[in-house]
Amino acid sequence: MKTVSSAISRFIDRRQAFVFPAPAVITLSLIVIIPIAYNLYLAFNKWTIGLGQPRFIGLDNFIELLSDERVWNGVKVMIYFSGVSLSLEMVLGLCIALYFHRNFRGSEIVQAIYILPFAATPVAVALIWRIMLNPEIGVMNYLLRSIGLPGSLWVSHAHTVIPALVMVDVWKWTPMITLIVLAGLKSLPRVPYEAAQIDGASPFQTFWYITLPMIRPVLIAALMLRSLDNLKEFDMIYTITQGGPGISSETLYLYSYNVGFSFFKAGYGSALMVVVFLIVLVFNVVMNRMRLSAKNA
Amino acid sequence: MMTEKQTMKTVKTGLFYVGAVVLCVPPVFVFVWMIMTGLKTGVQNIAYPPEFIFTPTFENFRAVFQQHNFFRYLVNSFIIAGFATVISLVVGLPAAYSIAKYRQGKIGLIILVARMTPFVSYLLPWYIIFRRLNLIDTFSALIITHLIITLPMVIWLMVSFFEGMPSELEDAALIDGCSGLQSFLVIVLPLMRNGIATSAIISFIFSWNQFLFSLILSGPKTKTVPVAVYNFISYGKIDWAGIGAAATLIVLPVSVFAFFVRKTIVQGLTMGALKE
Repeated sequence: MKTVSSAISRFIDRRQAFVFPAPAVITLSLIVIIPIAYNLYLAFNKWTIGLGQPRFIGLDNFIELLSDERVWNGVKVMIYFSGVSLSLEMVLGLCIALYFHRNFRGSEIVQAIYILPFAATPVAVALIWRIMLNPEIGVMNYLLRSIGLPGSLWVSHAHTVIPALVMVDVWKWTPMITLIVLAGLKSLPRVPYEAAQIDGASPFQTFWYITLPMIRPVLIAALMLRSLDNLKEFDMIYTITQGGPGISSETLYLYSYNVGFSFFKAGYGSALMVVVFLIVLVFNVVMNRMRLSAKNA
Repeated sequence: MMTEKQTMKTVKTGLFYVGAVVLCVPPVFVFVWMIMTGLKTGVQNIAYPPEFIFTPTFENFRAVFQQHNFFRYLVNSFIIAGFATVISLVVGLPAAYSIAKYRQGKIGLIILVARMTPFVSYLLPWYIIFRRLNLIDTFSALIITHLIITLPMVIWLMVSFFEGMPSELEDAALIDGCSGLQSFLVIVLPLMRNGIATSAIISFIFSWNQFLFSLILSGPKTKTVPVAVYNFISYGKIDWAGIGAAATLIVLPVSVFAFFVRKTIVQGLTMGALKE
């Protein structure tokens, strides 16, 4: 018995680089790789869940989605929502990180309060926003009117729904950008700043010519990470508008969910999901190129 | 008489405090509104203009537990997040240690793919598989899908913690005749207890907050809290007071957790992007 256990222990020692990661690699293969492969397989099949068997149809799903108006609507909504929210989150996140970078008394507490939204359960806070944005009884319109501004229809009208959702997204996720950029700022070397001070550079010059170029790779990394979730935003949009009014806030991702789980068209839905994945992938590959070239510049 | 320099300093300090107020108002306002919604009656919640001063009632919290069986959903979420976290640690810790020690970047690639793939792409296949296996509305199904989120997160977090570990102690253990496995369990893991606690909390928060997988794969037996609070709007009339109370109960525990790990939480989300 003893020899068996010592034999096992010796085997583990010799093959540690293989034995230690094995359980994780096997688990990830089972829970990640297999569903992705199945998803790809379904994308080339026609199948409604509960009706018959999957039938291979080649690229037909992908051809069909090119002439599907809701796909183009989804792409448009996705670009509008993600473009505006990501830009705002980056600019605000950077400004607020610069603000926190100057340690002042009490900044610890301010930071702790400021990042509250970001760990909060998305569905729960989205529902609270839904109450606050109600055009008739919501507190947001009350506040607007009490300072003499007209109320807004917020998420109840096709023209204002995306800006309103962007506002909620910015509220929830800007802290994440701030935290990443702040970590980046803290790791910058001090020498260039000392040189700038000797040369008598203004604070703006220091920021523009020293901080910004040095922080650029971190900014792009933050944008990449945020885009991973932002392009696939689901909880918040689904909870507040379910893609409405009509389909005015239905992103491509939300549409792919509806095709799969409301219409149960597994084949066509899978093809849409593959497209969403490709969009995320291409965006991140391009961003990564930019990050690496910013790093080597 | 203040000198010019002192005046500048006062102005600057003043501006910092203005900034502090501007940054704190949006989160505090929404959180306070959430708690207030839970403490108002149904009638008070649809009053216009909205009431800022009122006599709080705990009736909604009582109703959430007694009529909506919310305790059950809290327990469900706790079980799922707990198991997902523990499994992620057991499977993920040795992997992270090995990736850090032997620079196994290729395994990182799987993690990146896992992070990039839309959740719906996992959900549809899993839904079809679980339906066939009769596993819809079981804890196993939910824990398996939550692992898709928590396992990559734990591994990546722990890689950065292991990389920062001094190797002298471990070497000493090996010289003293410990086996590799022994030194990992007895020396390395206790040294990493802060990192492990942080990873566990972050993993728990993300599983607790997960909505999409639970929306499709849970049922009456395994419903989690995000789905339960969402259901307050799907039964015809919207119960604002109930939503306020339920949302408060869901959000407060994770907010307290997040407070303790706010310094390291960024590592969990950046997944090593700041390094290299």
